[in-house]
Amino acid sequence: MPTTLKDQAAIVGIGETEYSKNSGRSELSLASEACRAAIKDAGLTPADIDGMTTFTMDTSDEIEVARAVGVGDLTFYSRTPHGGGAAIGVMHQAVMAVATGSAKAVLVYRALNGRSGARYSEGVSGGPTTSDLIHWSWYMPSGLMTPASWVAMVTQRYMHETGCTSRDLAEVCLAQREHAVKNPRAFFYQKPLTLEEHQAARAIVEPLRLYDCCQETDGGSACVVVSPEMARDLPNPPAMIRSVAQAAGAHQESMTSFYRPTLTDLPEVDLVARQCWEMSGLGPEDIDAAVIYDAFSSIVLWQLESYGFCKKGQAADFIRDGALRLDGRLPTNTHGGQLSEAYVHGMNGVNEGVRLIRGTSSSQPAKNEHVLVTAGVGVPTSGMILGQI
Amino acid sequence: MAISGSEREAFEKQLEAYVGLDIGLEDIGKDRVNAAMVRHWCEAMGDSCGAYTDPALAAESVHGELVAPPTMLQAWILGGVGMASDESDPRDKQKELHRIFDAHGFSGVVATNTEQEYTRYLKMGDEIRARTVIEEISEQKATGLGIGYFINTRTTFRDQNDTEVGWLTFRVLKFEIAEVPVAAETAETGAPSRPQRLRPAMAHDNQWWWECVDKGELAIQRCSGCEALRHPPRPMCGECQSSEWDFVFSTGQGTVHSYVVIRHPEVPGYTYPLVVAVVDLEEGTRFVSNVVDVDPGDVEIGMAVQATIELVDDEMKLPVFRPA
Ligand SMILES: [Zn+2]
Repeated sequence: MPTTLKDQAAIVGIGETEYSKNSGRSELSLASEACRAAIKDAGLTPADIDGMTTFTMDTSDEIEVARAVGVGDLTFYSRTPHGGGAAIGVMHQAVMAVATGSAKAVLVYRALNGRSGARYSEGVSGGPTTSDLIHWSWYMPSGLMTPASWVAMVTQRYMHETGCTSRDLAEVCLAQREHAVKNPRAFFYQKPLTLEEHQAARAIVEPLRLYDCCQETDGGSACVVVSPEMARDLPNPPAMIRSVAQAAGAHQESMTSFYRPTLTDLPEVDLVARQCWEMSGLGPEDIDAAVIYDAFSSIVLWQLESYGFCKKGQAADFIRDGALRLDGRLPTNTHGGQLSEAYVHGMNGVNEGVRLIRGTSSSQPAKNEHVLVTAGVGVPTSGMILGQI
Repeated sequence: MAISGSEREAFEKQLEAYVGLDIGLEDIGKDRVNAAMVRHWCEAMGDSCGAYTDPALAAESVHGELVAPPTMLQAWILGGVGMASDESDPRDKQKELHRIFDAHGFSGVVATNTEQEYTRYLKMGDEIRARTVIEEISEQKATGLGIGYFINTRTTFRDQNDTEVGWLTFRVLKFEIAEVPVAAETAETGAPSRPQRLRPAMAHDNQWWWECVDKGELAIQRCSGCEALRHPPRPMCGECQSSEWDFVFSTGQGTVHSYVVIRHPEVPGYTYPLVVAVVDLEEGTRFVSNVVDVDPGDVEIGMAVQATIELVDDEMKLPVFRPA
């Protein structure tokens, strides 16, 4: 039994549906198509899959997808909570399953009709009385009930403490849009964005403007995780998982951790980062490109700080001269991210991480030894480092 | 439910054939550009520019003669009262396109915007005609009105010498009209109820707190073991694990720790822009609620505020803050 998850598993196949604003079909249909594509890309058959994992928020049961895709017996299945925080949590599950022999090939998926179906921008509201609903009940009466509003609350304080401005946030959006313009899968393919347009766009929840907020997308993404031994015999270059970790922090609420001594602290992101570096033996200086979870532009800055690419409070300075762009220090969200490609709860980012390692991104940096991929912010979260086999 | 799959594919293929098409009809002005129509327009619009209506002033202007207001451009080719009838020329490709949308469930139509450009001022006696091209049909969009497609047309205006004098683009949305609920809920009095704010869910761990609010108090839970104050309430103290607790009442005095100004989406029952703040209460805990009676631009971090408990809709009481 391994005592570390370092180099215990690799991503060998990726797949996705088209990303649209109205898929015209069920989430199960999207999940099935993404899964089938991932299995095919891995060079496997559905019968090779014996493990499946997804988000608690996914509406498509593992066994429903399994029947649709033609997967037979399963010896591992699990779910990870906390929305986008689960994006690498599901990878953590898959790696643990492979490392412990609970499964040989784990299919990881997420599919949603995020625009034509239930939209997160519509906010939380009633439902069964769970501890989760009691939590939201502290915010629904005053109208603080959308992801943009919760993130804006922390963003306002962050800007106050660091001097970061809306124009600094814009650099995240502009760098990513520059990538999306070259990515045919992206909603903003061939649609550039200027600083003036970013600044002139309407405010959604001040201080966040329209382009600081991610897409709402219909679509699905999936990938296949197997052991390094199995990976070596498969057709596509595998992305080795150097480290993978989850964390919840002290005084954690889901999106509304407003009662921490320092409102802008993200101990859960710090803790994921620490585990990623310790497990892999790597540091920020070893990372050539990154896929940084970007439901909103500001959360990219905070993660750059938590992962140690710059000091706390200095992310705006770090990115100001183009660090996130293709020729910058840390080419980031080279697919356009969730701001400009699609919002698939971070799973489209996992696929981009694999493309970066393979050297097949539409904005491919010259160096691709190691790639960081992260998950949702403001919630219990997760992250991983991918490397060459 | 909007059409999907192969039906949608066939439909969109059919639409493609219309992109770039001239609609097949030329609009010819019923009257030459003339002083009477210009005067009526200027009166209706409240435009008193002398160059349009006063021959003497116009003669001294840069134009040297009477000219028509540029924004009147489209008026010269409009069809008059007859436009309101349903009858249309069977050769009209634009109407034909709209009928295809109607037949596929996209029967709603709304004009969304227009842009115009004027090449020269029109003079009295000019004869205006126009041709219209279907420039673009968007991909399917999910809009606030429903699922639909935007149609862009471009109309080019020419004079008696076949010289372009201006153009206008027009964008309409053809959309599937959303199903409307049969009957809105009504209060017992029979009067339609106005939208109310979202209610908190009540259960063992928070109901007492809302009961305090109903009595006009902003309560803070206090651990009986270590006397630590905590908010939001929970059944056990994270410091000493005591399950015994009581509560104190806050003075409601505090300072803004952070805040947001919510503009989108607008949820029924709330008034926008809506200010919500995390407030440091003087007792040491934080509380999240609205800041009211303040210009959103005047709210700032560190601002002193005072809570009062008040009705925020017909029934619900909530502690809200005002500048202190
Ligand atoms: Zn205690």
